[in-house]
Amino acid sequence: MATETLTLGKAINIGLRRALEDDPKVIIMGEDVGKLGGVFRVTDGLQKDFGDQRVIDTPLAESGIIGTAIGLAIRGFRPVCEIQFDGFVYPAYDQIVSQVAKMHYRSQGRLRIPMVIRIPYGGGIGAVEHHSESPEAYFAHTPGLKVVTCANPQDGYSMIQQSIASDDPIVFLEPKRRYWEKGPVELDAPLSAAYPLHSARVTRPGTDATVLAYGPMVRTCMEAATAAAEDGRELEVIDLRTLSPLDLTAAYESVKRTGRCVVVHEAPGNLGLGSEIAARITEECFYSLESPVLRVTGFDTPYPASRVEEEYLPDLDRVLDAVDRAFGW
Amino acid sequence: MAKGDPGVTTRGRRAAPRSKRAASAAPGNPELVQLLTPEGERIETAFGPDGTEYRVDFTDEEYRGLYRDLVLVRKLDAEATALQRQGELGLWASLLGQEAAQVGSGRALRSQDMAFPTYREHGVLYCRGIDPIMPLGLFRGVNQGGWDPNEFKFNMYTIVIGAQTLHATGYAMGIHMDGKTGTEDGEAVIAYFGDGATSQGDVNEAFVWASVFNSPLVFFCQNNQYAISEPLERQTRVPLYQRAGGFGFPGVRVDGNDVLASYAVTRHALDNARLGQGPSLIEAYTYRMGAHTTSDDPTRYRIASEVEAWQAKDPIARMKAFLEKQKIADADFFADLDEQARAESVHLRERVLAMPDPEPVTMFDHVYPNGSPELDEQRARFSRYMESFEGSAH
Repeated sequence: MATETLTLGKAINIGLRRALEDDPKVIIMGEDVGKLGGVFRVTDGLQKDFGDQRVIDTPLAESGIIGTAIGLAIRGFRPVCEIQFDGFVYPAYDQIVSQVAKMHYRSQGRLRIPMVIRIPYGGGIGAVEHHSESPEAYFAHTPGLKVVTCANPQDGYSMIQQSIASDDPIVFLEPKRRYWEKGPVELDAPLSAAYPLHSARVTRPGTDATVLAYGPMVRTCMEAATAAAEDGRELEVIDLRTLSPLDLTAAYESVKRTGRCVVVHEAPGNLGLGSEIAARITEECFYSLESPVLRVTGFDTPYPASRVEEEYLPDLDRVLDAVDRAFGW
Repeated sequence: MAKGDPGVTTRGRRAAPRSKRAASAAPGNPELVQLLTPEGERIETAFGPDGTEYRVDFTDEEYRGLYRDLVLVRKLDAEATALQRQGELGLWASLLGQEAAQVGSGRALRSQDMAFPTYREHGVLYCRGIDPIMPLGLFRGVNQGGWDPNEFKFNMYTIVIGAQTLHATGYAMGIHMDGKTGTEDGEAVIAYFGDGATSQGDVNEAFVWASVFNSPLVFFCQNNQYAISEPLERQTRVPLYQRAGGFGFPGVRVDGNDVLASYAVTRHALDNARLGQGPSLIEAYTYRMGAHTTSDDPTRYRIASEVEAWQAKDPIARMKAFLEKQKIADADFFADLDEQARAESVHLRERVLAMPDPEPVTMFDHVYPNGSPELDEQRARFSRYMESFEGSAH
């Protein structure tokens, strides 16, 4: 079996290539996805090999990208739409929330919109405003959409193909600051053997506290767990992977063992994913908890100027600080 | 300048040049393609602003058929309004006054063509062969659209203004990608929207997309002069059909109260589209004779004389005058049709009253093609909750 070491960006690129090869109805559309290969090069080389009817440089309007993709989906295509940056998705918000999410429901199952909306998201790359946001809660809050995010190259490769193969409309969030980080990817394993799309995964077993994260924060939490272990504390880290639906089965089992839970994400804390997760864990694990579920998140400010983003974003120290607070309760 | 007059003036002059050729077609409104005057006189040939010739050649039976469509559509619409007034529908968006634009364009569609409606296209829906009870389910609140969009080639109603024009554009792009253009039996798409929608970003994006991808698409704008209360002057300073020029495709204004011209212009545009000649914009110049919906009160924002002026241009009256003058239909035909319309509206009423409310638990159906374990759990919990009331006398 061919295992290659790839960056996350390249792994997604190869996953997209496989999807285009596997199903002639798969098309890619977005701004600069063709000749340029996307501003992050995630679609690099695809238009050259599959042509401009399948890898489509669109006019520069996000609502138009999603709106026309809906029509293409009704026609029988499987559009994979790239929104260039997180902060540019809002012009398409109406089409995503009012149309993509509801088409199957309103038509009583007669219309399917098997669309994937890829969004590079999150901060940490020193970008100007509107290029570092974490909009996942807006979409996870919307019935009819599914929301997933990958944290490593293997998941990037598998999950993008699983999302494209799914008949559900899926918002696929790519942690842009991890695009260049490398990891092993099994390229030849059949998709059916891949880890299930809508399942969380324990990425580090531990006994003392449970840390829940997704996307860019998984690595941060893994580093925090390494540091905690040096202090004699074993953190169990769970990569949630699927934000809607949430899969908290492993989290419940873990928290019932550890009695402590910290949820970490970059998005602002107020009404974020962490709030919902904390509520559910409290309902499910109430008698096992030694302390409240704590959240480590971005602050409830607009995403700040990049020279202070290191202070805005949760990092190893803030995760460990929360773990300390959980133990000090 | 009274509301409802054609064209929009800017400082007392027309914003765009008139077409001299078109002037021969529609006296008093030189931009308007018209084949049947309000008095029921036939015009053999009309010209579009680019010189395109429009004419129709119907048999007597086809003329009578169009008239039958107009009458039935209006009658069923009136019945729906009455049902709302009696509390049987939550809301109704009447098409009163727009029957010719809808029947003309709806009958111009070929069977392989796909339509993307707003929420007022009951006449087009009827022409597509969909049971007229279907939209009433939406407005009664028992479902959110009951027909199969692919079976009838007529998408679900879209209430968010203009959103469907992008869906239509994408569908048309797909036709092109499927290689289904370039021949006489090719496919085409029609996107319905109103004058208010022309201000929406989505509609303008659809214009851009359709243009640069040369999509087989007809943008059919029913300019009924009002977006709820806001008159056309709040949406545009140029005649709407002229917007097309800026996007790089042809536009034409047709008398939307003239079923023959609406048919001719739409058929021509659809056939151009299916042949691979790209999109076009039709502005069907008409008037919303009734309220925006049953929740609206148009007396707050428009004057009676304006409505009366448009009554004189009624789409059905002019067609009836034409049929009578030309002896295409006799008194028996009109009497039979009245009886048919009455019977169909009674039948519609009976079936609406018999429409059951959905079972509450069905609200959980069809959220996701592949389902969701979270939702399954909510449904199960809700079912247990509902079952807990069984046998109680609440």
